[in-house]
Amino acid sequence: MNIHEYQAKALLKRFAIPIPRGRMAATPEEAAVVARELGGVCVVKAQIHAGGRGKAGGVKLAKTPGEAEKIAKELLGKKLVTHQTGPEGREVKRVLVEEGLQIEREIYVAVVLDRSLSRPCVLASAEGGVEIEEVAEKSPEKILKEIVDPAVGLLSFQGRRLAYRLGLRHEQVGPLVSLLSGLFRVFMDLDCSLVEINPLVITADGKLIPLDAKMNFDNNGLFRQPEVAALQDLDEEDSKEIEASSLGLSYIALDGNIGCMVNGAGLAMATMDIIKLCGGEPANFLDVGGGATKDRVTQAFKILLSDKRVQGVLVNIFGGIMKCDVIAQGIVEAAREIQVKVPLVVRLQGTNGELGRKILTESRLAIIPAETMAEAAEKIVQAVGCRP
Amino acid sequence: MAILVNKETRVLTQGITGATGQFHTRACKEYGTLMVAGVTPGKGGTSFEDIPVFDTVSQAVEATRPNASVVYVPPPFAADAIMEAVDAGIELVICITEGVPVNDMVRVKRYTEGRKSLLLGPNCPGVITPGGCKIGIMPGHIHRPGAIGVVSRSGTLTYEAVDQLSRLGLGQSSCVGIGGDPVHGMGFIEALKLFNEDPATEAVVMIGEIGGNDEEDAADWIRKFMKKPVIGFIAGQTAPPGKRMGHAGAIISGGKGTAREKINAIKKAGIPVASSPALIGQTMKEVLEGRQRQ
Repeated sequence: MNIHEYQAKALLKRFAIPIPRGRMAATPEEAAVVARELGGVCVVKAQIHAGGRGKAGGVKLAKTPGEAEKIAKELLGKKLVTHQTGPEGREVKRVLVEEGLQIEREIYVAVVLDRSLSRPCVLASAEGGVEIEEVAEKSPEKILKEIVDPAVGLLSFQGRRLAYRLGLRHEQVGPLVSLLSGLFRVFMDLDCSLVEINPLVITADGKLIPLDAKMNFDNNGLFRQPEVAALQDLDEEDSKEIEASSLGLSYIALDGNIGCMVNGAGLAMATMDIIKLCGGEPANFLDVGGGATKDRVTQAFKILLSDKRVQGVLVNIFGGIMKCDVIAQGIVEAAREIQVKVPLVVRLQGTNGELGRKILTESRLAIIPAETMAEAAEKIVQAVGCRP
Repeated sequence: MAILVNKETRVLTQGITGATGQFHTRACKEYGTLMVAGVTPGKGGTSFEDIPVFDTVSQAVEATRPNASVVYVPPPFAADAIMEAVDAGIELVICITEGVPVNDMVRVKRYTEGRKSLLLGPNCPGVITPGGCKIGIMPGHIHRPGAIGVVSRSGTLTYEAVDQLSRLGLGQSSCVGIGGDPVHGMGFIEALKLFNEDPATEAVVMIGEIGGNDEEDAADWIRKFMKKPVIGFIAGQTAPPGKRMGHAGAIISGGKGTAREKINAIKKAGIPVASSPALIGQTMKEVLEGRQRQ
């Protein structure tokens, strides 16, 4: 799960990390009020869940409250297109109005999980304000790392080591150490999967302040982070993905026209792959979970078919614990109930597979049965291809 | 012979009185697995299907000497359950639970360091030695005893692969699900090491997916040390970047962890990769036939 910059900064503040003065505004008038409170030059920043806002014109400097109001008016309601939003862009519904800072230097710091070591890791780079993926690509040696032992947390010497390697001045070392230890606590205490400050600025008067903040969260940890869960912005998410997850289904929309419903994440990915191999384009990833019941199948069909691009559906179930005849019954009932009007190929394999296929045939529904994954993929690609 | 588990493995179920724990404990017992004990705090002194239930793992260990434990405990309590089993010195701890917070697993991994337990999972189907011992949620009947080792990050995709192998007459020595989470116990390399040393295993199927770089590391290890043929498959060639594909660990981040990169690394190590998920069994068969001809 992702949150907005202004929300991330509010969380940082709770962990005693200094942030720029400022507030979120949802209307141009509010933006003017905040700018007046701040006094002097301020920055108006579009709040969307995507990077690259600066280059896309989503971050602007305002010298007066009137200017802040004007910029907010331009940004609010506008679809901002960055390299991360896709061509359709994201509508700006809020802006963050912050004090302008006299920047002396920009660096990069982050806390992430090192998957190969199964430990958290603090990253730092003297190259702040640019995309870290670019730095990693071109000059990986510029990314400094400190692996953290979860038994003791980030140690002060690790923070000092990073500070000196970044070439910080002596009086900036202490502030960096305490900032990093705060970030590490945020990461562990809030079940984050990423805390990224890019850039962390060193101001002309020697302070270290996060100019931007990005936080992602481990969905598995949300059950014990109700405050974080409440920060989810449904406008930023695909409505079908949200609906599916509330039903315990895992759904991700793609660009193709063949809807698929599969049990198990690995098999679901493999099913998308085989559709592509057969010359088709999958419309989605949908994992109905290990125990696919009639209700879940019905819900899954509804979500699939609400995507108007879907011109055919492939159901691929490997019945393990769930028996295929039970699943077949569920598919037949669901297909009847919601009247599936597009070609429907069903492949049932595993426990009671034959019985399941028999139920499909006897249903007199226009279900195209298939025995193997390959056959199923070929049949659905053909069925969709033949349609006018 | 096989790896990890066999007919003699004595199994404890943690979370035996929950619906999942009950269902699968019964199924494993029916398969022939030696289910010796169960643990649910507060239910000690009762029994389930003639299996004695204890309040704590240490009590169960003292009374029944299990050498493997399977955890079906819900996500908020799963890490604690794993560490309880590790503390009690159980050799193999298998966590089936899906949805364990990643930071909990970071602490679990740290806790297991220097202790003798081997951890499998979480978010995995478990392990099976066909005809000998089944621990976990996989359907037992699709497996056949034989000489192919299977190691995979996925559940149902593994069943698909096993089914293909069985239909082609290729039985399995053991099938290990290492799980779909970013922080997990045993990985590909540890499983491959065991298969490499297992006289009953002739060849290995390795099934990976997008996210992380375990497959790349495994490919490198295979090139250097593996004495037996391996074939691979990677799921998620069509997965978009930045999206979590069902499994917590299946995500392409910062352009890393793509199926393309993994397939290239595996091929570079001289390992045949099934071009389609429907050809996993067939690819294995061809590799074995090719060896016979030589």
